[in-house]
Amino acid sequence: MAELLSVQNVETLYGPIMALRGVSMQVREGQILALLGANGAGKSTLLKTISGTMVPKKGRVEFQGKSIAGTPPHQIARLGIAQVPEGREVFALLTTEQNLHMGGYVRERADIAESLRRVYALFPALYVKRASQAGYLSGGQQQMLAIGRAMMSSPRLMLLDEPSLGLSPQLVSEIAETIVKLNREQGVTIMLVEQNARMALDVADYGYVLENGRIVMENTAKNLSDATDIKEFYLGMKEQGVRGRRRWKQRKTWR
Amino acid sequence: MDGAQFLQVLIIGLSQGCVYGLIALGFVLIYKATEVVNFAQGDLMMIGMFIAFTFLNVLGMPYWLGLMCTCASMALIGALLERALIRPMIGEPTFAVLMLTVGLGFILRSFAGSVWGADPKSIHNPFSGEVLRLGEVFLGFENIAVMVGTALVCIALGLYFRYARIGVSMQAASQNQLAAVLVGISVNRVTLLAWALSAGIAGFAGVMLAPVSLIDPQVGFIGIKAFAAAIIGGLGSLPGALIAGIAIGVIEQFAQITLPTSLATASPYLVMLIILIVRPGGLFASVQRKRV
Ligand SMILES: Nc1ncnc2c1ncn2[C@@H]1O[C@H](COP(=O)(O)OP(=O)(O)O)[C@@H](O)[C@H]1O
Ligand SMILES: [Mg+2]
Repeated sequence: MAELLSVQNVETLYGPIMALRGVSMQVREGQILALLGANGAGKSTLLKTISGTMVPKKGRVEFQGKSIAGTPPHQIARLGIAQVPEGREVFALLTTEQNLHMGGYVRERADIAESLRRVYALFPALYVKRASQAGYLSGGQQQMLAIGRAMMSSPRLMLLDEPSLGLSPQLVSEIAETIVKLNREQGVTIMLVEQNARMALDVADYGYVLENGRIVMENTAKNLSDATDIKEFYLGMKEQGVRGRRRWKQRKTWR
Repeated sequence: MDGAQFLQVLIIGLSQGCVYGLIALGFVLIYKATEVVNFAQGDLMMIGMFIAFTFLNVLGMPYWLGLMCTCASMALIGALLERALIRPMIGEPTFAVLMLTVGLGFILRSFAGSVWGADPKSIHNPFSGEVLRLGEVFLGFENIAVMVGTALVCIALGLYFRYARIGVSMQAASQNQLAAVLVGISVNRVTLLAWALSAGIAGFAGVMLAPVSLIDPQVGFIGIKAFAAAIIGGLGSLPGALIAGIAIGVIEQFAQITLPTSLATASPYLVMLIILIVRPGGLFASVQRKRV
């Protein structure tokens, strides 16, 4: 599989706070990539650095072999990267359909009809609510809208930031199915950020683990699911007995 | 006051209010795009009046052509001002940008004074002096023109923001800037368009006002009343600004014939104060705050 995105030694800062401390990773064409990590690890920052809403202080970001670090986000969107941001961020006062149309902003008007049909086929609930203001949709529907909006640009790479956050288990598995469908049926490469590691590793081919702004582990999703550390910290499967001491020790080895 | 007199005052108030409403639309358009109030909005209208004077009186253009050329020139001026003054201020404190627009007002007034002189002017137009008589009520053509013109502008704006992709994208950017850039909307472009639109509308307002007001460099101070209207409307609401502008025009006219002059002059601001005390967010405060 060819390399679609590559991030090399990236450092990104919020003022004096270094949120990414030299991150390197690759996304291959056609992959579903999971990015795991605790709250505050820097997952969102990495996505923002790729989509251009944050500019890295050091390092390279390459998409299809071209450097994109420092390119304004609205131009990166045109290159075929769509981010579904944390917290959905729908256009609350626009209708569902207007939101979707805005998702296709970078494309010719004539080309988006087919995408709109696809989104509605995937999320019939959005079709029912197409004339409602997006701000009045339920959390799950807003998440579908955010994903649908990203689909409208017909992206090569879709970045999803915690799409399962705050959703019922039923909805989480729906979202997971959607992600797989997008990948298999429409060939969208996907980078999925999740705290719900189980869901992410279920759908992903490959995964990275981010901790305190650094990549501390990478492997196939299967191997990650089997790794003891991941089981303990992200899948909630605790070993008996020496839990506290063990956790501390392993954390140390990750730094 | 009998019925006919009441109607007469109402109509003059409505047409004056339309001008306030148009300028208020400009305040709101720029505020929605940038969260900055352009205090030079009234002065932009004044420049529009002088440009119309130049096209119509000096160059002798036909009225409708002059009107269109004025709006187009003003839109261009708005876009240039955004590029030259506002864009370099991205990231600076809002207060600094506000002061910049105040300064811009001074510059525009002295520019107009030195180019067109300080003595009042009026422009050739097809309405002056013509009246439509309905029973005992006399409708000045210039008053009818303002109302019809404002209605047309508002319909055009409504269609633009609802159906034109670029118009919807301006709404989107003002509702959620992060999501807007992520779908590929250029915020700079939205800001530029907002300035072009509000300056264009200010030019239109100037041409509408010209038959009923003399043109001099100070005429832009009526922008303060339009600002009061924009505040009353909630500063984030285009329909709110328009309705509040019209209301202020009407209230002002009735105040002038019923109250002592000093109180009448202050009536728009008194209305603003009362509204702000009763509803601090304005009458049509938008439901959600902008997210950046
Ligand atoms: N707007 C911000 N200002 C300052 N620090 C921030 C901001 N956003 C995130 N951070 C810090 O950057 C680090 C990484 O945050 P983030 O990328 O949001 O983590 P994650 O998405 O993995 O939960 C955290 O330590 C967080 O405190
Ligand atoms: Mg996050």
